[in-house]
Amino acid sequence: MTRRGLRLDPIGCDGHGICADLLPERITLDDWGYPIVDPSPLSDDLIGHAERAVTNCPALALRLEKVLDAAAR
Amino acid sequence: MNRTLTAERTETLVGPVSAVGPAGVARLLDGPPDLSSHVARLGRLPDRGAQLIDLAQAAGLTGRGGAGFPTARKLSAVAAGAGPRVVVANGTEGEPLSAKDKTLLVRSPHLVLDGIDAAARAVRANRRILCIERGNPAVHEAVRIALAERNDRRLEVVLAPRRYISGQEAALVDLLNGGPGRPTLDRPFETGVSRRPTLVDNVETLAHLALVARFGPDWYRSVGTPADPGTTLLTLGGAVKTPGIYEVPHGISLRAVLAHAGVGPTRAVLVGGYFGRWLPARIAESLTISRQSLGAHDAGLGCGVIAVIDDDCCAVAELARVAEWYAQSSAGQCGACTWGLRDLAAATGAIHQGSPDPRAPADVRRWTAMVRGRGACRLPDGAAAFLESGIDVFAEEIAQHQAGLCTRPDRHLLPTPTPQPWP
Repeated sequence: MTRRGLRLDPIGCDGHGICADLLPERITLDDWGYPIVDPSPLSDDLIGHAERAVTNCPALALRLEKVLDAAAR
Repeated sequence: MNRTLTAERTETLVGPVSAVGPAGVARLLDGPPDLSSHVARLGRLPDRGAQLIDLAQAAGLTGRGGAGFPTARKLSAVAAGAGPRVVVANGTEGEPLSAKDKTLLVRSPHLVLDGIDAAARAVRANRRILCIERGNPAVHEAVRIALAERNDRRLEVVLAPRRYISGQEAALVDLLNGGPGRPTLDRPFETGVSRRPTLVDNVETLAHLALVARFGPDWYRSVGTPADPGTTLLTLGGAVKTPGIYEVPHGISLRAVLAHAGVGPTRAVLVGGYFGRWLPARIAESLTISRQSLGAHDAGLGCGVIAVIDDDCCAVAELARVAEWYAQSSAGQCGACTWGLRDLAAATGAIHQGSPDPRAPADVRRWTAMVRGRGACRLPDGAAAFLESGIDVFAEEIAQHQAGLCTRPDRHLLPTPTPQPWP
């Protein structure tokens, strides 16, 4: 089955860091305040938080994209 | 002194001889550059049309700009795109140590131009563009003369700024679309020049393609190894007696290449240029010019630069200067690249200056890991590989710097030209 994972546009990202507050399970900030995003498929319990992180990005640099499950690869 | 390689010395190592096509391994750089000599030696370019894609596939040709992507897959992707297509030959060669593309354009311009024509027929392109870096009169003149000889008035020649990052595939497309030449997230094979499907290939790749079109995959594979067929151009630099451009068959030992260029007691070898890795000499000399052999040590051939550091050279000074070059080369678009490369340059510079702070090497390790994969292009990945391997290979000298004990002279073996400022 296909699930969704996070994708970051590194050019668009301005390092506001809101996403890391909303989804610390998958997003951490580097030493300069820019997000390091885990792109692997999100479990159902994290999807809602991921959607909030996407809609709250002031730079519109984060999105959810269909990714193949590791098992389906 | 900034010792920049010149494109004067060219040699060919001896290898197996093939019966058809140019003999031996002098495939790309053999013979005078004029059109009649070119045609007399190689014959006219046959029109293979889209069949060339299958020939390139069978030949196992891979890109020579650094990434090593299979050429047939790139051709197929562009040919499958909708609407009129564009072919861009990338001869910008902004990697400071590399001079093989400039040499190829000066020595064998018609082979590159043949490759552009063959690729344009294969993907049915109606626009052909050759990009070369500004400020290389010899290259410019060779191309101008060759185009006049062919009576080719439709090939567009574009002078790109002297700035490494603008030669990156998507950045070059940005430049050709009237932008400043910064990397984008567009994929050129889909959304390239004028938003058309665009093939961006390195000029050496296209020269090989012109030979595959003439002599076929079996001839192409008659030198090299099954996994890495054919020949490749190398730029040998640093502490070697005869720096310059060498055409070698894949699979040749690095020891043989270095012996040919002449080396003294070698400490370390930079394999793959500024986007490659440092290897201790004893390891480097046990490897061959092939993906498998180099890949076992996380190295690759990249754009074919091999640079040597000997005992009589301060390597940390070289690391610090190239780290600064990386920081200056950032297009300033991606946060981890903009700030990460700046801090990496500062930390490497502090080590060179003799800062006793034991955290500096640890900072370099932490930040190389942190910037990798974080850019729209591979600039931060290149800096990471160069510095992380450099910190390991030159650990002893770094300790000497921290103790204020390095007595090796700074010979500035690795050139670091200042990138042309952004408009």
